[in-house]
Parts: sequence; C-alpha cells; structure tokens
Amino acid sequence: MTTNFKRPDGRKVDELREFGAKVGIIPNADGSAMYKSGETIAIAAVYGPKKMHPQHSQDPEKGTLRCTYNMNSFSVSERIRPGPSRRSTEISKITEWALEPVLMLDKFPNMVVDVYINIIQADAGTRCAGINAAAMALAHAGIPMRDMVSSVSVGKLDKTIVVDLSKEEEDYEEGEGPTDIPISMTHSGNITHFQLDGKIEPKQLMEAVELAKKSCEKIYEVQKQALKDSIDLNGGED
Amino acid sequence: MGGEEIDITPGVTAERIKRYLEQEKRFDGRKLEEYRDILIEENVSKKAEGSVRVKLGKTEVLVGVKMDTAEPYPDSPDKGNLMVTAEFLPLSSSRIELGPPKFDSIEVGRIIDRIIRESKFIDLEKLCIKKGEKVWTVFIDIYTINDDGNILDAAGIGAVAALKIAKVPKYDMENEKVLYGEYEGKLPLKKMNPLTITVHKIGNRLILDPTREEEDVSEARISVGSSDGIIHSLQKGDFGSFSVEEIEKAFNIVEKAWKELFKKVEAQLK
Repeated sequence: MTTNFKRPDGRKVDELREFGAKVGIIPNADGSAMYKSGETIAIAAVYGPKKMHPQHSQDPEKGTLRCTYNMNSFSVSERIRPGPSRRSTEISKITEWALEPVLMLDKFPNMVVDVYINIIQADAGTRCAGINAAAMALAHAGIPMRDMVSSVSVGKLDKTIVVDLSKEEEDYEEGEGPTDIPISMTHSGNITHFQLDGKIEPKQLMEAVELAKKSCEKIYEVQKQALKDSIDLNGGED
Repeated sequence: MGGEEIDITPGVTAERIKRYLEQEKRFDGRKLEEYRDILIEENVSKKAEGSVRVKLGKTEVLVGVKMDTAEPYPDSPDKGNLMVTAEFLPLSSSRIELGPPKFDSIEVGRIIDRIIRESKFIDLEKLCIKKGEKVWTVFIDIYTINDDGNILDAAGIGAVAALKIAKVPKYDMENEKVLYGEYEGKLPLKKMNPLTITVHKIGNRLILDPTREEEDVSEARISVGSSDGIIHSLQKGDFGSFSVEEIEKAFNIVEKAWKELFKKVEAQLK
C-alpha cells in the first residue's frame, strides 16, 4: 500500500467514517434498527414472520425472506424518481442473499419475513448501511439467527486500498480511478455478499477482502452493543 | 438462478448431481471447470448494427446491438451512452411466464452492463456527435432462446461478439437523422475481451458453465467480469456463502478459464 496517499477527508486507509447504530426505532415494527456511516443513514424494519400471501408463493419447507431496498427521493442531491428501479430491485435481492444464510427460516414454513430498508440520506455505501441495519432489525425481531452479518464497502482509489468510501471518494478520478467493492460477511468470516465495479488484480482484491474482514469486526461490535442497549432500555417490561 | 421461477429439478436428480461432483464427475462427462461447446453465428438480424446467436451447449441466446442518437447525460456531455437489457422470453423455457421483468433478467442486464462499462471496452468518447447536445446511444439487447443454464455467461459472450462486429450508422447532420443501413465504420472498441465467467458452488466443489439441472442445485455463484487478468466487475449471487479460500480459488479458476474462452470466441468471429 502506498503510504503517501491522502484521502480527501484525511482518514487513514483502514479508518471507517464515524459510524453508529440504534436498535428499536420504529414502534410498530417487530424489529427495527438504524445504521449510519458518515453522512449515509439507513433504517430498517422487520415485519413477520407472517403468513405468505398469495398462497402459491408459500414455501412449505422454509420461510421466505423478502427485502425491499428503497431510497427516499430527497436522499440525494439530484432528486430520484420514487418507486422501484433496476438498481433498487438488484440491491433488494443482494440484501436477501447477504442475510438469508444466517437465518433459520426452516422454522417458519409457509411464512414470510418482510424487511423494509429505507435510505434517508445517501453519501455512498447505502447498500452496506442497509444490510447492517437489516441484520440488527432481524435480531431485534427475534428471528432465530446462526450468526450476525456486517457489511462494508472497501475500495481502490488509484492504487491504494481504502475502507468505507464516501461519495467524494467514489467519484475519485485520478490515476486508475475508483474501484468500489461492497462486501458482507458473517462474524465467522463467510462471505455472503460481494460486488465490484472498476479495475483490480485478483491479488490486490484478496487484500481488499482482508481489509473488509477487519472492518466488519469493528462494525459487528457496534451492532452487538446496539442490540444489548435496546434490551436494557426496555428493562424487561413489555 | 432461483428467482420467482419454480425449480423443477427433482430431489433424486439433485442428490445424484451432488454425489457425482464429490467424485469430480458430471452427467455430461465434462470436467468441473470445462465449458460446453461454444457456437457463435453472426448477423442474425440484418436490421441490427451487430448481432449474434450464441450457443453454449443447449443454451441459446440472441444478442443485438442497435444505435440511436440521444442527448448525453449531464455528467458525461461528450460521451456516448450505453444501455443493456435482457429479456427472458417465455419461448425459451416452460418456467418463464409473461409479465413485467423478473429479477433474473434485470440482473443479467445489469451485470453485462457493468463489465462492458467498467472495462471501457467501447470508446464512448468517440461516440459524441455534438458535445452537450447529441451523442450515440449503444443499446445491447439480450434475448433468451433456450435456457439450459448459464444464460449469464452466454449473454456476456454474445455482448462482446455483437459489439466486435457492430458498425456505426451514418448520421445526416443537416436533417438530424440516422441513416440506418448505411455505415460510417466499425464501432470504436479497445483491444480486449471483457468476458463474464461465473463460478458455481455445489457442496464443496466449484464448477463452471452449469446446465439447468446443475444450476438448480447450485448454492451460490460468483460472476467475475475480467479481461487480461484484470477484474472489472463482480457479483456474488444466490443464498449460499463462500469462504475467503473459496473466493481465492474461484479467481484462479476464472483466470484460467478466461484464457481459453477468449480464444474460442475470437476463433469463431471472422
């Protein structure tokens, strides 16, 4: 790694933006959480398990995870048209793939667990923030889980691997430009989500995977603490 | 790929596929990292600026390139536009029903878009007619004809092949009209072969180019778009997961497979 590389906001290459999490933010939901990283804020709510409708969509062997990723029209500088797009449809599916490996859905045949993710403010890394919020919301809803999922976007700016790109960094134009690599992992280190856009050699990509692993550890600790805090706040009443 | 379609490979077949793979065997006798025979037929539509039929064993797709003029996007006033769509036709499988695009087809369009865009295969800067006002849009449209698995890699081969034979139509500046059927020259491309290669995980085996039945059994896949050892796009798909070691192994498989695949594609184009 080049050491003389300076990030636009002065962060170290392995430094995440200031990030935080809160569990239990939507009273109506069975589980809910917020995750923010820098200027990016995602909220997620879980409803279910509940009976799947229509009936022909039911899976008699296991429950279905259904994620919906949605960006508020005013979450970005240039207003985006409300409603689903090809991009949001793909991110919704990617989120399901990222989370389902840790869920014990075989306990809920013919049922569906709905996860709604909303991006309130976007400054890059929204799919990762959404996955982090959704993973906490699922735990908060009491859906049995084998493990936690944490997600982070690593990237290559020119030739340097850095973590948690901001929008400014995503638009980096010098040298080889930006390569965006969002990755999600279970706490035990299995990769459940992996995407890439840009230009990178396989060897350096493995370096990026290692950095993602270390960063996911940090995010995991914050997710865990937020879940613990939510229990203490309720103080056992309910 | 799962999606909304119903997986109809019966459990006994699935079990047998898995047991075979444990002994590194496949129903059709291929090695784990071996593609089926590739056949590329050029110019399936005279109306297209470039078009091909790609057969990967029994899997078949049509890919066509069309061009039209449009306003450039505000963030790239001097660059042509690229648009990739894929349609899974009901005629290509009993599993596909009419209706709005399902996730599978959206994903194929987006993955192929990303490898073509990120590798900068098309020299979009040469497709500017008048800065800020008029540029060429390159449409790559993918249609499935017969789905026997691995539509994604077949579509990627088709996109590269169709672009390589595509020509830019003449443009009448005065009347602002595209003169379809008359051509200015070849589509400006870089010398590269940005192919998408998908590695599937079944049990603890990693395989390439699954048939429909094998694809149904696949637990997870990783699609890697690359050219000359450089990765430009990547997407992990499906509900399974990969260990870091498996990912590294998948990269090696892709690197090796690319070297064989691009030669086969080039050999088929006149």
